[in-house]
Amino acid sequence: MARLRKPKLAVWKFSSCDGCQLSLLDCESELLAVAGAIDIANFPEASRAVTGGPYDLSLVEGSITTPHDAERIHRVRRLSRFLVSIGACATAGGIQALRNFKDVRDFTAMVYARPEYIDTLARSTPIADHVPVDFELRGCPISKAQLLEVASAFLNSRRPNVPTYSVCMECKRKGATCVLVASTTPCLGPVTQAGCGALCPSYHRGCYGCFGPMENANTDSLNQRWQALGASAADLVLAYRTFNACAPAFRDAAAGLDAERRP
Amino acid sequence: MAVDVRVIERSDLSALLVALREAGYEVIAPVPGDGSIDYDVVTGDGERPAGFSDEQGPGAYRLKMCDHELLFDFAAGASSWKKFLFPPSLTLFSAQRRQRSFEVLPGTADPPPRAFLGVRACDLAAIDIQDKIFLGGAFVDPSYRQRRKDVFIVAVNCTRAGGSCFCASMGTGPRVSAGFDLALTELKIGERHCFTAEPGSDRGEAVLARLGSPPAGPALEAEARSASARCAASMARQMVTDGLRDLLVQNQEHPRWRDVASRCLACANCTLVCPTCFCATVQDVTDLAGERAERIRVWDSCFSAEHSHLHGASVRRTTRSRYRQWMTHKLAYWIDQFGTSGCVGCGRCITWCPAGIDITEEAAAIRAGGATTTAPNSGG
Repeated sequence: MARLRKPKLAVWKFSSCDGCQLSLLDCESELLAVAGAIDIANFPEASRAVTGGPYDLSLVEGSITTPHDAERIHRVRRLSRFLVSIGACATAGGIQALRNFKDVRDFTAMVYARPEYIDTLARSTPIADHVPVDFELRGCPISKAQLLEVASAFLNSRRPNVPTYSVCMECKRKGATCVLVASTTPCLGPVTQAGCGALCPSYHRGCYGCFGPMENANTDSLNQRWQALGASAADLVLAYRTFNACAPAFRDAAAGLDAERRP
Repeated sequence: MAVDVRVIERSDLSALLVALREAGYEVIAPVPGDGSIDYDVVTGDGERPAGFSDEQGPGAYRLKMCDHELLFDFAAGASSWKKFLFPPSLTLFSAQRRQRSFEVLPGTADPPPRAFLGVRACDLAAIDIQDKIFLGGAFVDPSYRQRRKDVFIVAVNCTRAGGSCFCASMGTGPRVSAGFDLALTELKIGERHCFTAEPGSDRGEAVLARLGSPPAGPALEAEARSASARCAASMARQMVTDGLRDLLVQNQEHPRWRDVASRCLACANCTLVCPTCFCATVQDVTDLAGERAERIRVWDSCFSAEHSHLHGASVRRTTRSRYRQWMTHKLAYWIDQFGTSGCVGCGRCITWCPAGIDITEEAAAIRAGGATTTAPNSGG
């Protein structure tokens, strides 16, 4: 179908590793279809040719960690009809949100020769803490299939099929044997949102929680199961504080365990 | 008329599989999968893996090897025959744009006629229940009908109860009574390793005739019956079904729902391993160019928020309401809807629950009355 005008896409980077926006380039066989359907107007990782806004769809990667970025995200919002935040950084603050549990100045003093040059915020926060977001696509990194699904849903004016249920649903649908039940491997799958296609459990690894907490996550119950398998409260705190450390359900689970282990 | 039970020696079992294949069936049988018993298409000479067994309990499963060389010493694994009759993902149809119109194209191709080898009594009862769901009533599911219609069922009577089994109390096993083409009982008497084979249909009779299997004789038949009886007697777990429907219907606000919600992960494992759970969701998938669309049916669960999403919100927001919905549907409203309990006592929901929730224990707690503990961190 020939559309009147190809929608203009912009890809924006904030504090992040670039892995999520690169999954757009990872689309390989679908990339031509993407380029055919969408005018890639502003995507510095792909092309230096930049077309000005406004944009129909903005994909925003990364978290807000500097005063400059806290300003810039408002400009991105103003330029965008739809704004989709992509990845654990943009949706939960990312791995850099580990600073939120400490004083960031302790880190800068430890890492940089001249920490006074570092102009950073005390906390790493998701995009939705700063501007209204139309859709949050989870994952560290995001799933290529889900990115295409969101883009396709946007282009066809329909709701994306991006479920909020557990990773377990993906394991069971694909017939992957439960590593928690069958081999007592600690796994975050029962509290983690699906989306990866149950990648780690399919390779006999427990889920690392890359897609953040599922809807209605019962971390208390999973903690009990892990502890019955011999995991300590400290092990659990480490498990929750990875890519989605500040996603509310994981943040609260870790905080509760932390309080428990040093009363 | 008495059924003419035959005997198939262990060494001749592969001949049965080959005979089924020669009769035009794709044979599917249990295989030691990735850490759990699974089902897969049998290729090659039909020889089956020997010596596999399992240990099961709430939230626990271990596949193990034994010296006994039995072929069917394991109880239900996470997989069930459901995945062949009601696939986890099925493309219902697709559509291709053609200028100003579009063409409707067929979805997932129907499989060839299949023989299921090793269907246990609980799973046979589950297939019977799904037959009622998908084939009974005014609306017949065409893909289920197509997948189900020619299935040749070789049942295997259980001679060892798994750690989560409670089929005897549900009245579904461990011995099959109807709905099969052949029913085998694996016996090891001294050095002899054989199967009694009971035909349940003309097709089953024809296969036995083709194999030329001799009559089992009263001694073997009696041994097969007593092996099943011993299995039933050894089943430690049970569901008390007397008045269970009314009990659950009348206890919608029982404190136990809050208690179980504090343990329930709402992860949906129980529903997806359940051989009778039949919920699915339909997704429309389009390509980027807007040229092609697909309608896909995938397994869903009443434990997901989307499952009960109506008019802008989910009507079952808490895990308490979702667990109650699942259990009361399974054990109570299922009876109103389909004339049978939705539970066959296979125990899969107990074994594969990461939190080890035992449906028989939950039912017993509600039966015991209101004196249950109420956890502070309940989901409901």
